[in-house]
Amino acid sequence: MKKDIILSGVGGQGILSIATVIGWAALEENLHLKQAEVHGMSQRGGDVQSNLRLSSVPIFSDLIPKGECDLILSLEPMEALRYLPWLSRTGWIVTNTTPFVNIPNYPAIDDIMAELHSVPNVITLDCDAIARETGSPRSANMVLLGASAAVMDIVGPDKLREGIAAIFSRKGDAIVAANIAAFNAGLEESKKFSK
Amino acid sequence: MVDKHLLLGDEALALGALHAGLSGVYAYPGTPSTEITEYIQRHPLAKERGIHCDWCTNEKTAMEAALGVSFAGKRALVCMKHVGMNVCADAFVNSAVTGANGGLVIAACDDPSQHSSQNEQDSRFYADFAMMPCFEPSNQQEAYDMVQEAFDYSEANHIPVLMRLTTRMAHSRAVVRQAHQPAPENELHFPPKDRERFWVTLPGISRARVKELAEEQAKFRQDSELSGDNMYKDGPDHSRGIVTCGIAYNYLMENFPEGCQYPVLKVTRYPFPTRLLKKMTGSCKTILVIEEGQPLIEEKLRGLLYDENEGNGFVKVKGRLDGTLPRTGELNPDHVRNALGLEPLDAFGEAKMTVPRPPALCQGCGHRDFYTALNAVLKKYDGAKVFGDIGCYTLGYMSPFNAIHSCVEMGASLTMAIGAANSGVWPSVGVIGDSTFTHSGMTGLLDAVNSKADITLCISDNLTTGMTGGQDSAGTGKLERICAAIGVEEDHIRTIVPLPKNYPEMEKVIEEEINYHGVSVVICRRECIQTAKRHLAAKNR
Repeated sequence: MKKDIILSGVGGQGILSIATVIGWAALEENLHLKQAEVHGMSQRGGDVQSNLRLSSVPIFSDLIPKGECDLILSLEPMEALRYLPWLSRTGWIVTNTTPFVNIPNYPAIDDIMAELHSVPNVITLDCDAIARETGSPRSANMVLLGASAAVMDIVGPDKLREGIAAIFSRKGDAIVAANIAAFNAGLEESKKFSK
Repeated sequence: MVDKHLLLGDEALALGALHAGLSGVYAYPGTPSTEITEYIQRHPLAKERGIHCDWCTNEKTAMEAALGVSFAGKRALVCMKHVGMNVCADAFVNSAVTGANGGLVIAACDDPSQHSSQNEQDSRFYADFAMMPCFEPSNQQEAYDMVQEAFDYSEANHIPVLMRLTTRMAHSRAVVRQAHQPAPENELHFPPKDRERFWVTLPGISRARVKELAEEQAKFRQDSELSGDNMYKDGPDHSRGIVTCGIAYNYLMENFPEGCQYPVLKVTRYPFPTRLLKKMTGSCKTILVIEEGQPLIEEKLRGLLYDENEGNGFVKVKGRLDGTLPRTGELNPDHVRNALGLEPLDAFGEAKMTVPRPPALCQGCGHRDFYTALNAVLKKYDGAKVFGDIGCYTLGYMSPFNAIHSCVEMGASLTMAIGAANSGVWPSVGVIGDSTFTHSGMTGLLDAVNSKADITLCISDNLTTGMTGGQDSAGTGKLERICAAIGVEEDHIRTIVPLPKNYPEMEKVIEEEINYHGVSVVICRRECIQTAKRHLAAKNR
C-alpha cells in the first residue's frame, strides 16, 4: 500500500504544516515516509510544493514520478493544476478555490475551475471561507487537510486529528481545538463530493 | 538502543556529527545547507556541551576556524552551499596539505537545477583536485551514518573529508535510526611530532607533504573499494552496466521496485572505486552513468580520446554527455526511466491554465521602499548603472523595479561598481545587503577608499540574513563604524529608514551622495518583515 501526495501552494501559505501532521500520523502507523520540501528563494511568494510519499514498503525516490501521484492537495487552485502531469489517472485533486493573486497575468478563475473540473476526481472547496465560518480564519490549511481525509485511505481521520493535537499542543488547547474544528468542517464539506 | 527521528538530510548529517563527538560547527548560511547548523544550534547537546555553533562571517573564516579546531585535536564540521566552496577554496585545498588532527568534515550542499543559486557547480570536483576523500550519501540514514564514519576516517588518516549533499536530499525528510549514544568530545591534543611541521606550508615542507598526499591516493582508493559504502550488485542482464552516484541511486531503483536486472555499481564514496567497476567492464559493453550534478565520473570513464561510435576502446559510456540524460539540471525518476529506455508512465499532460509564479520581495519589505527611492533618483541621470549582489534584494531585478544591472557572487556589487566607475560609468552604484557586506564587501570597500573611487554604495540593511530564513547577520549594529574605520568620510556615511513616508528624504540623501564624487555609503535600515513578524509573535506569546 502506498500514497504519493503532492502538497502545493504559494510560499507562506502553510503547506508544510499539513505535511507535518500527515507525517506524524504516518509514523504512528509505522509507515515508510519521504518528504521533499522547498526551502530558500521560492518561499518568497513563489510557487511551492512538497512531495510526500507514504508506503508500507521502503521508498527509494524522494520525488514522485510523473503519473504516480495519488493525491494533489493544494491551498491554491492554479497551483493544483501545475502538478497535473504528476497525477495518476485515478488520483484525486483536493483544492482550495480561493485564488492567491500576486502576479499580473493570473488567469481567469472560471477558466481555472473549468480545467480543474475536467479532471475525473476532484474536490473543490473554499477553505478560507470555511475557516472563517469555524472562527479560525488562519486554519484554511487544516480545512484542506480535513477535506483530503475522505480520500487519504492510508491514514484515517482519527489519526490525523491526533496528529493535529500533537503538532499544535505547544500552542495551547484553544489552538488545537480551532484546528480540529477546521479539520472537521473540511471533512464534512468533502462528503458533498462522491468518492 | 534504537531511536527514530524524522529528519531532513541536512538534519541527519547534523545529528550524526553531534553523535560523533563534534566540538564545533562553523558555517555561513546558504541554501540548501542552512538547516545543518540550525539543527545543531537547537539541539540540547550543543548547549549541554557548549559546542560552538554561532554563524561565521563567511565560508573562508568558517573553514579556517574549523581547521584551528582540528589542529587542537577536536572534531569540527564546516557547512556551506556549493558556491561557498569557492569562497573558502584556498583554505579548503590547503587543508588537505596541512592534513587534519582532530576529525575535520566539510559539508558542501550542491544545488543542481539552481533552485536558489547562481550556478550548479559540483563540489566533488573540489575533493578530486584537492586529493581529498569525498563521501556522498544516497539517503538520510546514510547521511547520519556516513558523517560519523567520515570523522573517524579523517582522524585515522589525518585528512579532511568532504561530505557532499544535493538539494533534494538536504531538504527531504525520512526516518533516521540512531543506533548508539553520542560519543564524547576529543580531549585537547596537538598534531603528533612526525606531522606537526606539515601545518607550516613553507614550500620546502609542503613539497614533501604534497608528494605524500599523492602517494596516499592509492590507499584512499583501496579504502573506498573495500568499504561497504560502495556496493557492486550483479544482475542477470549484462547488456549494460549502471554506475550511480549518491541520490541518483534512488531514481534508478524507483524504476525497478523488484530489483534491477542489470549490474549496478552504487558509489557513495570517492576516490572512485575502480576495482569494483572492473567487475562489470569484463562483460558489459555499455555503461550508463547516472550522477546528480556534473558528469565527473562520466568524463573519467570516457577519457579524452573517446569516440562516440567506438566508445573508449573497452566500453561505450552513456549519460549526460551523449544526451541519454539531460546535460544540466537535477535528475528525477522520469529522466532515469527515459535513459533506461522504459516506456513513460501514463500521465495527464501539462495544464493549460497555469502561468509561472516567480518569487518576489515580500509586501512591506524595506528593500521595496529602497528600490522605489533609488529608481526615482536614478531617473534623473543618463547612464546610471546599478551593480547588485546576492540576497533577497537580487529580486529587485524583477518587475516592477527592474533596478539592478548585475548580480554575480557575494560582494561583487561594490567592486564591480569600482571597475565600472574607473571605466567612465557615472553614476556607478553598488547595492548590497548587510550580511553580504560583512561576508565579502568590506575588503572591496577598502579598495574603493584607497583608490578614491567615485561610487555610491547602498547597504540595504534588514538586520538579518534574509534569503536563507533570517539568521544572525555579522555586522548588525556595527555598519557605520565599520565603514568609518575602513576610511569612508563620516559626512558621506548616511543612514535612512526605508518607508513610503520617508521617500522625499531618502531620495534627497541618495541624490546628494551620488553627486558627491568620492566614496559614499548610504545605509538603508529597516528590519526584515519576516523576522519582525516572528519577533512580534514571540513577544505576544
